[in-house]
Amino acid sequence: MTRQKVLVLWLADSALDSGVVAWSQWDGTGERRHIAGDEEQAPYANGVMALRDGWRLFQVSPLAPHYPGAETQTSYLKYEFWFEKLVEVPEG
Amino acid sequence: MADSDHLLTTTQMAQFAARGVLEFPAIVPANINAAYLDLLEDEGTPAVPAGTRLSCAYSEESPIRAFVEAPQIQGVIRSLVGEDPLVDHHFSHVAYSPATMKARGFSRPQDSQHWHQDSTIDTRQAFDIQLMWYPHDVTREMGGTRYLPGSHLRIVSEAAIGRYQNIAGQRHVVCPAGTVLALHHGLWHGGGANRGEADRYMFKLRLNPRAPQVRLWDTRDLDARHGPQQPIFHITTPQANDDLASILLEHQPWYEADTGRLELINRIRFWRYLSGDDRFDADYWLSRIENQPGRRVETAG
Repeated sequence: MTRQKVLVLWLADSALDSGVVAWSQWDGTGERRHIAGDEEQAPYANGVMALRDGWRLFQVSPLAPHYPGAETQTSYLKYEFWFEKLVEVPEG
Repeated sequence: MADSDHLLTTTQMAQFAARGVLEFPAIVPANINAAYLDLLEDEGTPAVPAGTRLSCAYSEESPIRAFVEAPQIQGVIRSLVGEDPLVDHHFSHVAYSPATMKARGFSRPQDSQHWHQDSTIDTRQAFDIQLMWYPHDVTREMGGTRYLPGSHLRIVSEAAIGRYQNIAGQRHVVCPAGTVLALHHGLWHGGGANRGEADRYMFKLRLNPRAPQVRLWDTRDLDARHGPQQPIFHITTPQANDDLASILLEHQPWYEADTGRLELINRIRFWRYLSGDDRFDADYWLSRIENQPGRRVETAG
C-alpha cells in the first residue's frame, strides 16, 4: 500500500532555486515523527535540491497584490512550496 | 523603585527593537529562585485579577514580589513598560521529563509546543512585555523555550504559524538558574520537548504599560549614537556596531529577501515610537519612501 511523505519548504523568494528559510515534514509511513524545533539544519539548501532528491512539487504559494495601506506589514512566511513522496509500505 | 543604574542602555533598547527579546543570564538571586520553586511545591502561584497594578499584585512575602522588585528586574520593567505596569496574567509553565510522563500514565514523552504568538492579532504600536523566568539551570535536553529573534513585528494570528516546524536562526533557551528573558508580546516562540531527567519550570509574567513607552531607558548616550544616513549596499569594514543603525538593521537568517527589508522599515518606525523622534531614520529606508514631489526630504540627525 502507498503512504505519503510531505515536505514543506519556505524559501527566500518566489524562485524554486532560492534558499530555504524554514521547513517542515510530516511522514505518513509512521517511520519518523517530526516536531517543532527538532532540527537546526534544513534538509536541502533550496527547492531544486529537493526535486533532485525525488520530491514531487505539488503546490506553490501565489504572488498576491499587497493590500492598500498594509504594503509594508509583514506576516506569515511568503514563499511556501509543498512536496510529496509516495512510499510503498507493507500491508498491516 | 529602581535607580537609574539598572535601567536598560540605548544599545539594549535598540537590540530589543531589532530582535524583540533581551536575555539576562542568572539575574535573579538564588534564594528567590529557590523560594519560587518551594511556592510551586506548596500552594502554587496566586490568582491575580487581570489589570491589577504590579505593585498591588503580590503579597509582601511572595517570592514573585521579590522577583519583580529585584533592582535589575525593576530596571528592565521600567525601561520597557514604565512605572508600575498592569499585570495582564502570569503562568507557571512546566515541561515534564519522560520519566514524569511515564509515571503519569502517558505512553510517550511530551512533544514540543507548536510555534505561536501569544494572545491574538495585535496591531498596536504600544507593546506588552513577557518576562520568562527560569528558576533552575536549563540544559539543551530539557527543551528550553524556543524563540525566533526578529519575529515580533509580524502580525499573525496566534497558532496559525504552527505549520512551521523549524526556522533558520531559531534559538533554544539554555541557561543558568535565575535567567530572565524579556520578550516583546509579538515574539514567535514555543516550549521545547523535555528529554532530560528532571521536569523544567518557567514562570511567565505579561505586563501592560500604563503610559507611552517613550524614552523610558537610560537615554544619556542617545544623541551620540546617531550615525550618518549610509547609502544602500554600503559596506562597512570593520562593521560599525555601536551606532543605532547597525543595531537596528541587524539581519536575521530567516528573513525573505524582500520582507527582510520591510522588517527594517518596521523597526525604524518602532524606534520612532520608542524615541519620540518622528524624523528618525536609519540608512535612509524611510526617508526614501516618505519623499514626495513638492515636499522637502527631511532626514534625521
